[in-house]
Amino acid sequence: MTTYEPVIGLEVHAELLTESKMFCACAVVDSTQAEPNTVTCPVCLGMPGTLPVINARAIEMGVRVGLALGCEIPAFSQFARKNYFYPDLPKGYQISQFEYPLAVRGHVDIDLPDGSTKRIGVTRAHLEEDAGKLTHTGSGKSLVDLNRAGVPLLEIVSEPDMRSAEEAEAYARKLRSIIQYLGVNHGDMSKGVLRFEANISVRPAGSTELRTRTEVKNLNSIRSMMRAIEKEVERQIRLWESGEGVKQATLGWDEDRGQILIQRIKESASDYRYFPEPDLPIVRMTEAEVERLRASLPELPDARQARFVREYGLSPADAATLVSERAVADYYEAALAAGADPQPAANFLLGEVFRRMNAESLGRDQIGAIKVTPEALAGLLGLVRAGTITLTTAKKVLDVLYAEGGDPAAIVQARGLAQVSDEGPIVAAIEAVLAANPKEVAGVLAGQDKLAKFLMGQVMRELRGRGEPATVQRLLDAALEKRRG
Amino acid sequence: MIDLTLTEALRKLNSGEVTSVALTRALLDRIHQVDPAVRAFLTLTEEQALAQAEAADQRRARGDTAPLLGIPLAIKDVLATQGVQTTCGSRILEGFRPVYDATVVQRLLDAGMVMLGKTNTDEFAMGSSTENSGYFTTHNPWDLARVPGGSSGGSAAAVAANMAYGALGTDTGGSVRQPASLCGVVGLKPGYGRVSRYGLIAYASSLDQVGTLTRSVEDTARLLSVIAGHDPKDSTSMPLPVPDYLAALANADVRGLRIGLPREYFTTGIQPEVEAAVRAAVDVLVGLGAEVVEISLPHTDYGLPVYYLVATAEASANLARFDGVRYGPREDRGEMWATYTATRGERFGPEVKRRIMLGTYALSAGYYDAYYLKAQQVRTLVRQDFDEAFEKVDVIAAPASPTTAFKIGEKADDPLQMYLSDVYTVTINLAGIAGLSVPCGFDGQGLPIGLQLLGPAFQEDRLLRVGHVYEQATGWHTRRPTVG
Repeated sequence: MTTYEPVIGLEVHAELLTESKMFCACAVVDSTQAEPNTVTCPVCLGMPGTLPVINARAIEMGVRVGLALGCEIPAFSQFARKNYFYPDLPKGYQISQFEYPLAVRGHVDIDLPDGSTKRIGVTRAHLEEDAGKLTHTGSGKSLVDLNRAGVPLLEIVSEPDMRSAEEAEAYARKLRSIIQYLGVNHGDMSKGVLRFEANISVRPAGSTELRTRTEVKNLNSIRSMMRAIEKEVERQIRLWESGEGVKQATLGWDEDRGQILIQRIKESASDYRYFPEPDLPIVRMTEAEVERLRASLPELPDARQARFVREYGLSPADAATLVSERAVADYYEAALAAGADPQPAANFLLGEVFRRMNAESLGRDQIGAIKVTPEALAGLLGLVRAGTITLTTAKKVLDVLYAEGGDPAAIVQARGLAQVSDEGPIVAAIEAVLAANPKEVAGVLAGQDKLAKFLMGQVMRELRGRGEPATVQRLLDAALEKRRG
Repeated sequence: MIDLTLTEALRKLNSGEVTSVALTRALLDRIHQVDPAVRAFLTLTEEQALAQAEAADQRRARGDTAPLLGIPLAIKDVLATQGVQTTCGSRILEGFRPVYDATVVQRLLDAGMVMLGKTNTDEFAMGSSTENSGYFTTHNPWDLARVPGGSSGGSAAAVAANMAYGALGTDTGGSVRQPASLCGVVGLKPGYGRVSRYGLIAYASSLDQVGTLTRSVEDTARLLSVIAGHDPKDSTSMPLPVPDYLAALANADVRGLRIGLPREYFTTGIQPEVEAAVRAAVDVLVGLGAEVVEISLPHTDYGLPVYYLVATAEASANLARFDGVRYGPREDRGEMWATYTATRGERFGPEVKRRIMLGTYALSAGYYDAYYLKAQQVRTLVRQDFDEAFEKVDVIAAPASPTTAFKIGEKADDPLQMYLSDVYTVTINLAGIAGLSVPCGFDGQGLPIGLQLLGPAFQEDRLLRVGHVYEQATGWHTRRPTVG
């Protein structure tokens, strides 16, 4: 039986975080929140006689993304009309870029599970306007909301360089991270600000041929994209195996059922009758302007990860997790700036803080919204470092901070959580535990070390977790020694 | 009063001899009297006009000196007017009331215009006679059996028949200059980018330009002064300073002016009386000190084919938005695609459908390079012809139309014959330069002939000076038809 290898290319649509739409002055709003058709004007409604005007901020953002992806920025780009009829497209054409895109020939480096890095080519990035949103009601009617019509989108097209759903995921996550770092997109895919289309074919492993591909549209999350790729790869393998073969097609994805939808089989490529948009001038980018924008780029995820390893001594894996969301990396560095030590801060953030966020399904990009400030986290770790509280206590204090916010030292004081290192109460607790557990004591004296750990746990419990572990251990050992002698 | 030029009417308003309300009433009376025969107006805005006239009179009483204060004008129905039906001469926009004013309309209103109504046009400005209007054909005031030209035929006829002191038209391939010529009025197509297209319901975006129809060149200068200039809402409008067009007319003379006569324009297909009148007009200018230079515009023959590829390609996209969903009437068939098909199938006229199909074809995969792209390349050559010519001459003189007004129905069944009436005008739009048509005589049947003067884009002032000098020397523009 033949082993097949998937060949995958991705088109990613990133909604740009401009204040106004691509070609008019309407605000860009969260289309899941605004009342339908309230953020529209004659231009984005496609009213007869209206004309588009290019949003200069969108051009800048697009060029910055292009530069961050290592693209060349051509001296000029040009808008074109992409013609098709659909009720979500008020003008009957979409203003996009075709022959002359904003950015070309870039790349994204992804980390593979074996620790190596793979370079995925970026063919081009171009600007276009979003269409409206259609809501299909059960009654056979569809509702059109044009709030989203005209919102600037950057379409980033990759080379067919990915060979698995996992590589596609790594590419998508890295891309999302990069555009988040640039501050040009929220990266919140539940709101549709990043959307994917996957071009998929399969071929016998080891072959270099490119077989007929299908295009799966309407993938609104990385998870959907991965599932869709997996299903489509399976489907294509089945078709080749059965001898039927794969026909070029545009496919949809039913998120609820986890199924590929056959929308239309294409006998030939769609004819969008692109031609240069006569209502808009050519967009020229001088070298000086490109260099100005290049200089404005922030530190990007790859560079930041390397710096975290170098400066903070973190493992590449921890560093990668920290930098993948800009908000998390910013939070982490804010905690360090407030005095936290790098490794304990990383451990606490990646373990304790993320666990609490996961428990309430809070995305990591939302870390700025939690009640534990980076300063509070640094303060908490400072109390551990100073021996004021144990790590166990620190986790309890974190619960309080997470639920209510506040200052860790004040919480420790108010709740009497400070570590007990005074020998009096510790000795009393030890004596009580030893008296209550004669069998275990006898076992320890007979050489059963496991039971010694049990006794230590009991003493710590007696001290409600506040006992300074080294002191407790020393005094417990002494008390047992006394019984032995 | 109705036969005054715009300039004369303004003078009388300023001297207090007459009120805007009186002028407006006189013109409305005139419209009621002759328009049932001429049929220049698609929509009359009588009440609004009288209210605007009253407001203008009050503004003047308060010392307001807006440049067109109280002047009644007509607007071609492809220009958006807020709250006033704007049909583009098409059934697909029957009853459509835009929510905004075109920039040119807004500028005229700010300057004090009284808007009388919206004038007839070939559907979406596609035609040379108004016979393609989805409503009715406008009649030429000089001979009601003949067409007024098109597509701005309603505007030209309204000005010629003393129903308005001036009008806006639009010119994509000659749609201001050809009807001006056929109706014996002055018509200007400014250089592409001189006037905002915001609110001009597009036929062919890279060719469309708003123009004026008036009874004198001086009137043209007054209207152009108001509508010209950069508009941030139209990225193709040029951020150039606007000259003082009226001042440009003072002491205008043509001594030393080099007038180019393109040999390609005086070949076959031209009505002998038209050629004679144009040559006589050039002789008049020579008599006033101009010199004639014979020039060549070698790509002239490609003008019509290139125009009909570029214009229809753009039109095929521009007209895609008319689907009956968001505005305008809808032929509801219960289901989306059937509704689209019925709305467009039943409400677009045959010429519009023809051009949408031509343009769609020219842009289709496999044909794009051979048609659209090739047309754009030839367009560059046409533009270069003019660039080279204007190194040798200051203006070019040509007929505006190969013939005088033809009979209604004469060419209606032969689109190719109809397209030929634009042979002297389309290349000007392809090159983006400026063109002015001024009356220069009459043929044996008493039908007006137009002299077309061409100048570089944004040198409209030069054309106005030459046209003004010519007018002063001849007076053809003062002749009015007898209607009603």
